[in-house]
Amino acid sequence: MAVFEPEAEGIVLDAEETGGDIVGRSPWALAGRRLVRNKLALAALALFLLIVAVSFAAPLYANHIADTNPFESNISGTVTIDGKTVDVLQQGGGKLGLGETPIGPTWRSQYFLGADNQGRDVAARVLYGGRASLEIGIGSAVFASVVSLIFALVAGFFGGWTDAIISRLMDLIWAFPLYLLAISLATVLLTSPNGLTISFIHVSADSLWIPLVIIGFVYIPYIYRPIRGQVLSLREKEFVEAGIAQGASNLRLIFGEVLPNVASTVIVLMPLMIATTILTESALSYLSIGVQPPKASWGTIIQDGQELLYTRPWVAIAPGIMIVLTVLALNILGDGLRDALDPRSKVRVKG
Amino acid sequence: MAEPLLEVKDLKVSFRTEDGIVRAVDGISFTVAEGEVVGIVGESGSGKSVTMMSVMRLITDPNAIYEGEIIYKGRNLMGVSQDAMREVRGEEIAMIFQDPMTSLNPVYTIGWQIEEQLNEHNELKKGQARRRATELLAQVGIPKPEQRIDDYPHQFSGGMRQRAMIALALSCNPDLLIADEPTTALDVTIQAQILELIKNLKRDFGSAVVLITHDLGVVADIADRILVMYAGRIVEEGDKEQVFYDPQHPYTWGLLGSIARLDRPRTRRLTAIAGQPPSLINRPRGCSFRPRCPQAFDRCSVEDPALTSKVGGGHLDACHLSVEDKRARRDATINPELAESA
Amino acid sequence: MVAFVVRRLLWMVVVLFAISVLVFLIFFATPGVDPARQMAGRNPSAETIKSIKHEFGLDRSLPVRYGLMMKHMFISRDLISYGSHTRVIPEIVHAAPVTLSLVFGAAVIWIVFSILTGVAAAVLRGTLFDPFLMILALIGISIPVFWLGEVVNLVTQSRFHDTFLFSWVPPLGYTALTEDPFMWFKQLFFPWLTLSILYIGFYARVLRANLIETESEDYVRTARAKGLSERRVLVRHTLRTSMITFVSLFGLDFAVLVGGGALLTEVVFGLPGVGLLTYNSLTSLDLPVIMTTVVYAAFFITLASALVDLVYAWLDPRVRLA
Repeated sequence: MAVFEPEAEGIVLDAEETGGDIVGRSPWALAGRRLVRNKLALAALALFLLIVAVSFAAPLYANHIADTNPFESNISGTVTIDGKTVDVLQQGGGKLGLGETPIGPTWRSQYFLGADNQGRDVAARVLYGGRASLEIGIGSAVFASVVSLIFALVAGFFGGWTDAIISRLMDLIWAFPLYLLAISLATVLLTSPNGLTISFIHVSADSLWIPLVIIGFVYIPYIYRPIRGQVLSLREKEFVEAGIAQGASNLRLIFGEVLPNVASTVIVLMPLMIATTILTESALSYLSIGVQPPKASWGTIIQDGQELLYTRPWVAIAPGIMIVLTVLALNILGDGLRDALDPRSKVRVKG
Repeated sequence: MAEPLLEVKDLKVSFRTEDGIVRAVDGISFTVAEGEVVGIVGESGSGKSVTMMSVMRLITDPNAIYEGEIIYKGRNLMGVSQDAMREVRGEEIAMIFQDPMTSLNPVYTIGWQIEEQLNEHNELKKGQARRRATELLAQVGIPKPEQRIDDYPHQFSGGMRQRAMIALALSCNPDLLIADEPTTALDVTIQAQILELIKNLKRDFGSAVVLITHDLGVVADIADRILVMYAGRIVEEGDKEQVFYDPQHPYTWGLLGSIARLDRPRTRRLTAIAGQPPSLINRPRGCSFRPRCPQAFDRCSVEDPALTSKVGGGHLDACHLSVEDKRARRDATINPELAESA
Repeated sequence: MVAFVVRRLLWMVVVLFAISVLVFLIFFATPGVDPARQMAGRNPSAETIKSIKHEFGLDRSLPVRYGLMMKHMFISRDLISYGSHTRVIPEIVHAAPVTLSLVFGAAVIWIVFSILTGVAAAVLRGTLFDPFLMILALIGISIPVFWLGEVVNLVTQSRFHDTFLFSWVPPLGYTALTEDPFMWFKQLFFPWLTLSILYIGFYARVLRANLIETESEDYVRTARAKGLSERRVLVRHTLRTSMITFVSLFGLDFAVLVGGGALLTEVVFGLPGVGLLTYNSLTSLDLPVIMTTVVYAAFFITLASALVDLVYAWLDPRVRLA
């Protein structure tokens, strides 16, 4: 029998009297149901997964459909369209008509969106770029979440000096203007063409790990703060009667009680975070301090397309459209998740 | 008999929700005469607040469905325009709410909020509104009103805030004051003061009062008539003496049994009534109180009792038991200790 | 009140100091980073690097170098850029009006439109307008600002430049207001629009969410019970309280932009503002300029956060007397 839950004002019934009869549903089940009803969010999720699938299928496209290696220059290459052989880079471009212009979109399997300045297949590059952007976007969001979680749990749980030191550190990183921090770190870590060596870790200069860690790092304080706040309030609720905590039981409390609650906050934040990190990565790559050649990401391709903007605009437009679609889908999904897990029901009937 | 000030005719208020249609108010009718104090008593979910909020048409939920009529001074308020309703609100019918801390806007002074109401309904000259507001604060018993008028709500104590709310509500001399659980959020000692204040002001301003509460003890002193609501309907109705000394419905017995008395160390809980309020979406067949009623018999699960007069004298109830049966079982329910020791 | 101001000033100094030290360490203490090599150009000989190091005092100890830089920045105010070999402070003074013009204009546009959109969406809740406006807002925050700038340029400078719509759009660049107000306006018009779209989307959403939340507050119910008109309830009660969050967020965002956060827009539209200056200095490891622009940015941000606290107290009396 479904029960209409009365408003909490003026509790009139004994706890024992209301116990057994209420048929409850776990918050996750309720949330799942609400999410599934939200068609827009589902559509967004589908779109996002589609983009992920297509991007990771980049090698398939490059090898089988476009028949090209999008990372190799192809300046003197040719392509056959409708039986005619056409130069990939054609004479007669630029301001004075003395430069070279790559071909525009053929709308066929080869050079679907045309070629860039190096004669490379733009469509294939956009797909590979998607892989890099998504890897960094998702990776840095996960990285930031995990690190923030650990610090927030430790700081919120143990309090005292641990909390004070960690939180002050986080405040300092937070106070640093985000774009400055990101650009500074990126510039510094990318100066050496031989890659980065920190004690035993060696990373090549075009490794995706560098932008991933940088972007993840700068967003840590933004996740740390709300989670720490939540840990603190949870701690007040559950453990204040527990008295002095003892080693092993502390860990069980953290994993058993605090973590599940905090995890739901992180999950709700995740799509939004990934949207943000993707935008940040594209900005850094556009400024040439994100993903490094020969690797490509949506941002780097936009940078590539800048010179060709007025002649071959698709080089710059296509990756941008991909970014907008991906970030939009993530934002809609994030909204949907948040609504599902934290509903403000329209019906507030007061007794 | 003179025209009643307010007449509610078969009011039904339902809400569309994702679980179904919630029948919050399921066909109630009552009247309020000029200058009368009516107490509406019921637990959370009984529909008492929704009823009076509907009278003022304050429910903004787009999923609300209304049926029935609300006749105020001869006009059906359910049919008037929004503009006309706005003129009624504050000036003819005023309402005070349960929690004065959240019911007052925290960023404006008390004086500003009272003056806003005055200026909305009256053409006042400069300074008149302020003087009137100061007077009102004095009338509700706030000391140093000339200073307090410029204070913010969070600078008042709970009792003072509720007084200020009452001043606000009465500022335009409404003929009907609705008080929705005015004392629930206050300390017990302050409760008595506020009720006393309402009683005096009713006398001074001549307004009728509808007092909504879940606590029968609150209406014991000031109500003229009492309506007991359960699951969206009125289950008992009568004047104060009738309901307190000759209650006819087992639910009322339960409510009375929960009033603390000096000779019994009892806490304020409905310990006499087991179970929980019924679903307002799927009404069970028969009497909606049956699942919790210790007096239930077979007729109760089949037939929905109507609100009728069995005892006479304007005292109505919705229970199948005969009057003699009721009186016999009643004492055992309300005063079990006395019955046992007898 | 005085105590508040003094405390915030001290905190500001602490933060500026900490940030400047952090930047200094990032650029000079990270292994593998050597600005001297950077400045020496292609294939430098050890001799060249050494002489550059000496010339710029890079062979002294870290604290000494930091101290010297701070002295040049604040006291003698003759800090010299590694790259242009001119004084840094005039460079910033030159760039500041550009950024201020860009940011002020964009801010006016975004405040007006986000309030209109947010209020419209909240008031029209339940109709199709609400989700429509919110999707627009979502799209706004999903567009990378530099790409949007590129597309805008494509349309206004190239593809549709010859139509009557955009023929008035001048080539990219900046003209001072005092020199030629019309040109100043024309060159900033599209940068303003581009920069504000992101913020309109964000603030419209925030405002709408706040309005809806406030709408269900008890004091709004009381306001209606008083018989006030819907418009008055909206403006004087619902909006008034919702603006508190709006204003706090705005203060910080504005400060970040003034301090150089609009660099992507400046790059795309060729506006020589503080953001562009910061970016160029960062990528060429021009430390004096880096330090100065970082301090400049951090100054505005800490100032803004103090101002926001003050405004918050002014808007919300509950905070005042605490």
